[in-house]
Amino acid sequence: MDLMDLHDVAAIVRGAVEDAKVGVVPIGAGTHREVANPVADGCDEIRIPNGIVSYDPNDMTITAFAGTPIAELNRVLCGHRQEVSLDPRNDAATLGGVLACGLSGIRRLRLGPIRDTVLEVRLIDGRGTLVKGGGPVVKNVTGYDLPRLVVGSFGTLGVILQATLRCRPAPAQQQWFCSSETPSYLRRKLFRPSAVLWDGTSTSVLLEGYSDDIASESKSADLDGMLSSPPLFPNGANRGRISVDPRRLAALTQRLGGLDGVRFVAEFGVGTVHIAADEDLAFVAARAAAVAEGGWMLRECGGPPGFGGFGSNIANPALSERVRLAFDPLGKLSPGRMVDV
Amino acid sequence: MCFPRSASDAAAAVRAARVHGVPYVARGSGTGLAGGATPLDDALVIVTTQMNRVLEVDIDERIAIVEPGVLNLDLSRHTRPQGLHYAPDPSSQQACSIGGNVGTNAGGPHCLSSGVTSAHVLMVEAVLPTGDIAELGSLAPDTPGYDLRGAFVGSEGTMGICTKVAVRLMPNPPLVRTMLLDFMSVEAAGATVSAMIAAGVVPAALEMMDAEITRAVEDFVGAGYPRDAAAVLLCEIDGLIEGVDYQVSEVRRIAQSHGARSVRIAQTEAERQLLWKGRKSAFGAIARIAPDYYLHDAVVPRTKLVQVLESVYAIARAEQLTMMNVFHAGDGNLHPLIVFDSREPGIWERVHEAGSRILHTCIDAGGVLSGEHGVGMEKRDLMPLQFSSDDLAAQGRLVDAFDPDGLANPRKVLPHGWRCGEVQQRGGTIPDDTWI
Ligand SMILES: Cc1cc2nc3c(=O)[nH]c(=O)nc-3n(C[C@H](O)[C@H](O)[C@H](O)COP(=O)(O)OP(=O)(O)OC[C@H]3O[C@@H](n4cnc5c(N)ncnc54)[C@H](O)[C@@H]3O)c2cc1C
Repeated sequence: MDLMDLHDVAAIVRGAVEDAKVGVVPIGAGTHREVANPVADGCDEIRIPNGIVSYDPNDMTITAFAGTPIAELNRVLCGHRQEVSLDPRNDAATLGGVLACGLSGIRRLRLGPIRDTVLEVRLIDGRGTLVKGGGPVVKNVTGYDLPRLVVGSFGTLGVILQATLRCRPAPAQQQWFCSSETPSYLRRKLFRPSAVLWDGTSTSVLLEGYSDDIASESKSADLDGMLSSPPLFPNGANRGRISVDPRRLAALTQRLGGLDGVRFVAEFGVGTVHIAADEDLAFVAARAAAVAEGGWMLRECGGPPGFGGFGSNIANPALSERVRLAFDPLGKLSPGRMVDV
Repeated sequence: MCFPRSASDAAAAVRAARVHGVPYVARGSGTGLAGGATPLDDALVIVTTQMNRVLEVDIDERIAIVEPGVLNLDLSRHTRPQGLHYAPDPSSQQACSIGGNVGTNAGGPHCLSSGVTSAHVLMVEAVLPTGDIAELGSLAPDTPGYDLRGAFVGSEGTMGICTKVAVRLMPNPPLVRTMLLDFMSVEAAGATVSAMIAAGVVPAALEMMDAEITRAVEDFVGAGYPRDAAAVLLCEIDGLIEGVDYQVSEVRRIAQSHGARSVRIAQTEAERQLLWKGRKSAFGAIARIAPDYYLHDAVVPRTKLVQVLESVYAIARAEQLTMMNVFHAGDGNLHPLIVFDSREPGIWERVHEAGSRILHTCIDAGGVLSGEHGVGMEKRDLMPLQFSSDDLAAQGRLVDAFDPDGLANPRKVLPHGWRCGEVQQRGGTIPDDTWI
């Protein structure tokens, strides 16, 4: 099938935005549908096409429609031993969905947040206008940084149609290790590990690079053994993601360790904690623990009735509201998604 | 002009300016190259040089919290004993401020592997144009709501005054290898850069200097550069030993297959420092050639480097101008440098004509107007080359959301017509004797 032209896609989405009675919500693979808050009842669902628009391996940039599954991006990049630093929990997730939710991957310690991966975006704003932000090259400070603003905006500033991403060489080798040492000891010992995780009982570490380097690093930090597969994210009916000042992460994990029925994996050096709980009460307690340490928890799925997506007020509410209105004066884009009720 | 010592001082200045309807401009060290800190319309200049304390360094979590007037290099000096550094290293790092770096989203040679300023700024405390003091972003990895921090970084003073910055520090690499590659043509050097990127080698830094600038630098500092080279590449690889060795051998192989005359690896730290001193003295060196220079800044896809460089030299020849190139080759960030004597009649017209043609060439090759210096006044009116009117309108509405009165560094970044408050502004001229 021929790839659709961006302007044809834009025309369809523009029509949907203009015709919507309540609003529009872009739907990708549905893997992140429950993240944050549900959209208002009666929103029209729209799908953005998938497909790689352009990929120049020699330039290490890739442009794809927002409906492209991450698995598809990875497959294409893999052929040239490259990657993009988007590691969603489920790689059926689409590019647009991952960017809109702004959920960085497990290797953030080394690779940085996903907002640093996006070079250019094309979106339809709430007026139905096609807007471009950023530029297609790896370094650019021309004009305002729309790409970063759009990452994590949950579809409320625009329907993302297409994005250009920075690629990187895939690491020659990746190896997970377990360790009986504390995460902070390991962070001091190791040069730029890709992840240092703690689940309340054991530490796991991801090293990436060349095999001799991985071997000597793991030896110098007394890593106990290799793991044959990556550690699992906690799973359950209720899932969330805590964000806390990394200096308070140890205190937070202590609190979480004391809560019955809360399972977690904490990313040391980053400040992200992945939470799962079967019982609503435990889930609520995990959020309270985050708040007690000055952090907050994003709902990924589940939660008792009335459990807000953010659970704390949006930072700088007046300014944020003016920014939202600048892009979507009629409130048509994923209405309700970023508002706790 | 005022010199606040605290965020509340800066807020008082902004509020006073607001009451009187006077525009104001944030200024750090004034090293900006796009005229961003130049006051228009008798604006109040809010200078951050008195806010120059490093407030906190957390060695374990590798975070520093600083006031905006701290000089870029001073922060890395401050944290060096702890084995940490602040990665963005503009060539002006001895003089420019962290606040100014936030204002311009500054880059530098080592941003090739580690990213420009925005990738290192966790939180910005700012006096918003409404007079409120706000924290944008957070030390926590994600902030509930929009990435207002991301919007602010690089906004060139048009979204408020930054009064505090939390930045990420990086561990000093265990091993660093700095190489000087010597070529007989600019094309060969450019092709080597493209081939390195294509081979998946991403050095910590990859800088290019052409014949004229290499000679000028060598005469100026004696860095040991080959005076007869048509172009040199300064390439730094860092990390762990196997990765470094492998990449160094790849660089050597690629350079030699493109006809490099020699590949020199600095053997001592002193030799390495000297090679870098050469690169960082480039602008000092050209003062010996002609009294004036115009430095450009544009980015092209790395696969187009050779082709664009050829066009850029052709433009300089056609306008009969002396041009040199010293630039961040690894990310395609060109810095064509035109040197001239402004006393020569008609020279400014030719300099501007060449500059405009160079920028058009870069845009036509799929590039952008600025990679690190910003738009300011210099490129404001060229923005339509890169953005449609719908794009500019969206950007205008975004700035209006931060600055509803249009008093924060007005008439910078966006061309006339895209901001709401503009109609009320006074005519305004650039004051005499102002450096832009
Ligand atoms: C020799 C030379 C080499 C250079 N090399 C590089 C380079 O390699 N990479 C690079 O990126 N740049 C380079 N520059 C340009 C310049 O140094 C950078 O743009 C730098 O970030 C400016 O910092 P400053 O403190 O001088 O800011 P200023 O020049 O004072 O201000 C720059 C902009 O930021 C705004 N601003 C300043 N302070 C604040 C604040 N507190 N809050 C909000 N906005 C603020 C100003 O309004 C203005 O728009 C170079 C300049 C020179 C002269």
